[in-house]
Amino acid sequence: MDAIILQLLNGLDKGSAYALIALGLTLIFGTLGVVNFAHGALFMIGAFCAVTLQKIMGLSFEQVDPTKTDFLGKPLVVKVPYVESWFGADFGAWLINWQVPLSILLAIPVMLIVGFVMERGLIKHFYKRPHADQILVTFGLAIVLQELVKYFFGANPIQTGAPSQFSGSMDFGVLLGFDPMAIMYPYWRLVYFLFAAVVIFGVFAFLQFTTFGMVVRAGMADRETVGLLGINIDRRFTLMFGLAAAVAGVAGVMYTPILAPNYHMGMDFLVLSFVVVVVGGMGSLPGAVAAGFLLGILQSFASMNEIKSLIPGIDQVIIYLVAILILLTRPRGLLGRAGVMEE
Amino acid sequence: MKMLGLSNKDTTFLLIVVGLTLLTPFLLQPFPVASGGNMFNAGYPDLMQRFAIFGIFAIGFNILFGLTGYLSFGHAAFLGVGSYSVVWMYKLLGYNVVPGLILAIIVSALFALLIGYISLRRSGIYFSILTLAFAQMMYNLAYSVLTPLTNGETGLQVYSNDPQVLRGPEHLDAPHFFNLFKMTDSTKLTLGGWEFTLSAGYYFTAVIAIIAFYISLRIFRSPFGLMLRAIKTNQTRLNYTGINTRPYTLAAFVISGMYAGLAGGLLAAMDPLAGAERMQWTASGEVVLMVILGGAGTLMGPVLGAGFIKYFENIFSKINDGVLHQWFAWMPDGLENVIITISHFFVGKSWHLTLGLLFMLVVIFLPGGLVEGGQRIAARFRGRKAKDDATHAAKTQPSAAE
Amino acid sequence: MGILEVKNVGKRFGGLQALSDVNLSVQENTVHAIIGPNGAGKSTLLNCFVGKLIPDTGSVMFNGQSVLGLKPHQINQMGISRVFQTPEIFGDLTVMENVMISCFAKRDGSFRLHPFETVAHEVDIVDKAEQMLIDVNMADKRHMQASSLSRGDKRRLEMAMCLSQDPKLLLLDEPTAGMARADTNNTIDLLKEIREKRDITMAIIEHDMHVVFSLADRITVLAQGTPLVEDVPEKIKGHPKVKEAYLGETGVTQAA
Repeated sequence: MDAIILQLLNGLDKGSAYALIALGLTLIFGTLGVVNFAHGALFMIGAFCAVTLQKIMGLSFEQVDPTKTDFLGKPLVVKVPYVESWFGADFGAWLINWQVPLSILLAIPVMLIVGFVMERGLIKHFYKRPHADQILVTFGLAIVLQELVKYFFGANPIQTGAPSQFSGSMDFGVLLGFDPMAIMYPYWRLVYFLFAAVVIFGVFAFLQFTTFGMVVRAGMADRETVGLLGINIDRRFTLMFGLAAAVAGVAGVMYTPILAPNYHMGMDFLVLSFVVVVVGGMGSLPGAVAAGFLLGILQSFASMNEIKSLIPGIDQVIIYLVAILILLTRPRGLLGRAGVMEE
Repeated sequence: MKMLGLSNKDTTFLLIVVGLTLLTPFLLQPFPVASGGNMFNAGYPDLMQRFAIFGIFAIGFNILFGLTGYLSFGHAAFLGVGSYSVVWMYKLLGYNVVPGLILAIIVSALFALLIGYISLRRSGIYFSILTLAFAQMMYNLAYSVLTPLTNGETGLQVYSNDPQVLRGPEHLDAPHFFNLFKMTDSTKLTLGGWEFTLSAGYYFTAVIAIIAFYISLRIFRSPFGLMLRAIKTNQTRLNYTGINTRPYTLAAFVISGMYAGLAGGLLAAMDPLAGAERMQWTASGEVVLMVILGGAGTLMGPVLGAGFIKYFENIFSKINDGVLHQWFAWMPDGLENVIITISHFFVGKSWHLTLGLLFMLVVIFLPGGLVEGGQRIAARFRGRKAKDDATHAAKTQPSAAE
Repeated sequence: MGILEVKNVGKRFGGLQALSDVNLSVQENTVHAIIGPNGAGKSTLLNCFVGKLIPDTGSVMFNGQSVLGLKPHQINQMGISRVFQTPEIFGDLTVMENVMISCFAKRDGSFRLHPFETVAHEVDIVDKAEQMLIDVNMADKRHMQASSLSRGDKRRLEMAMCLSQDPKLLLLDEPTAGMARADTNNTIDLLKEIREKRDITMAIIEHDMHVVFSLADRITVLAQGTPLVEDVPEKIKGHPKVKEAYLGETGVTQAA
């Protein structure tokens, strides 16, 4: 039982990441009708926003610390981060400790700008083009973005730590009455799950309760009619693209303590996120979220030793196997509508 | 001049393709070895073989994607299956490539039949995701539980204690064709400053590629090919015209799977090693890009696309600092450094950036791929007025390049 | 015994009874029109003939064989061809290729693997397609891409594709929907011409009374999913029940 709960928890954070990326993908597909293969790259750029902030925070100068000596007895030369000298040692250290969550403040404007530029500069010209063209051009863009990041940040993963308050693990089992140490769950993963839940809830609330969201939902259902009503749907869709980019970006930022960012993480997540979107049903927002968590949790269960010994290799294929079964039994995914992407 | 059941135009077309293929070792070696242009020469066996092999892969993929419009994201699986088949034949029978290639085609056909039968129950993106899912499963399994068959991350290769039951003492100790020649055999031909390599491996793959191309040409001109093109444009009408589309798409899927298996087999024929990375989705994506870049649904497009990508992969990744300094040495130092710094983005280890940009440029400016680009240029030379005319003409009357 | 016998057909979509107790008999070598106001269930009925829908109750027999549960391509192979409301053609192919595909389907059946034959060498198919295009006055357009044809020509091409299969029954789903008057008249002329030239049975679903009365031998009026009356055109024109069903419908003004 405790093992099952542990796997459930382990599935949540991966599922959260799938759900957040898939949410943006399906939002873009539903509103703009564009298959965006560069969406994984947006997730990756978000993660590298955190890396950038870490680099900025880490900028330091050398200073002789008269109070300390090295083992030869000479005064020690220490590196002092600029932020500590500007904002005072305490506040500076706090900034450095909290750099990952703080990166969200950097990531949101960056991602919105990246999203707007992408949509206005490139995607907009591909609304009416075949899906194959959209896939190719966004795939090309994803490669370009990925190579640029590799050029500036190198090919190796870059560690970024969670704030020290969250660096440990929590003994989840005790809360539920199990033995101590039975279910150890890293705090940050819990934070990530809660964060994802808030973002997902926020996006849904935004679409449900604002006029803007209403127009967008109407546009997803029937673009032409909404256009005929004299509503400038394109501008709203541009904003939607920026929003989707921002969601992917902050998902990337917060994921950095779980997975050290590397330049190809976007592609790695893209394929699975696409499977998630299709399993959920193209253009269905609740479908994307449900499928994201479902596949994340299933993957985590499949990697339990008991199950692996029962069905060898199941952990390697579970996501794809489930995707195939769902697509064969429910032609349009879990919650998809008819007629989408079937031409 | 009618040959092999082809029209005059197609016969000429085929002969040109044969001629170009046979002369490739010369045509791709336009610069003297000592000159700075040697860098751009592509006439060495390894690269030329890859042109031919990926050409076969792309020609086959085009029969599915170009004609029916069904976009598979899992064809690399067949490439991998083909490679494993050939290496297994090396291990069990001996280094003759022929049994392996035959097995590669059969096994990949069986896999394609199974995967196609299931995946073709859906269309559009759902079909793409199904094929992707199958291929990724095979890729992941090849690395994990199927290690006894695939040798996992090390890759499948021939060891000295393998049975090789058909191998006699007189047989060659590397992939060969009925003991007549080794794939690695080659002759160097030096003419003035030029040096050409005539390799047995290249001509072996080239002959197979020509046969593959000929078969694709026949399929394009056949009622079967016509039905496949009809599937792409209007499946509803086809159903109401009394055609059962499923067996047609399945046949196209299996044929393209066999081409992929053959290509994978040839990769192992050139280099007796098979690894799971050949089955990764990026490899499936690569063949999609080759076909679209060249021009989906055209005869020559896939070959051009394959050559184009493989050429850039090789040349651009080879350009390093030394080469750049040599090129820009004539510039003032400051400017030279600036230029070289900028170039860094595009060459050497960053050549993928160039590739990504090329994809984007081609899709934006040449939606029909390289073939359409060529037709536009040709049309302009012939003095036709608008480019719309050219594309229109290209679509209505099947030209040789189509 | 008609060539198409429809008995007690009913079809329900959720809470809507789209068809109930439909009985219909289409006689060989006649033109049978099925008319009715919007939402009368005309298209639903037609979809039950071609395999797109399976009725909940009743039977649809074609030439003494049930078509229920068969796929559209199987029903076509039995001898039923269908013309759509908006012409369904192979837009990327040439006019000639469009017609040839129909001829191949007629000759080779629903599937034949023939990857090493050559279309251009299939003399009988080429000749038949050429003749068909001459019959519908489209021979000069044979090399045009089908999607570049005018709407009227697309309709003509679709008709040619169906006729080249020598169907025992030709189903027409509002063949003049959305057409200008001139185009409508052209279509009527084309259909009349077809009737004169060959023995053919047609079932037409139509909204436009002008078309119906110019062509039909018999007319079934459908209202709220059930046949109201079936008779020859002259009788239908003044029938009180029909007037009632169409009251306020545009069909009346067009018929007058």
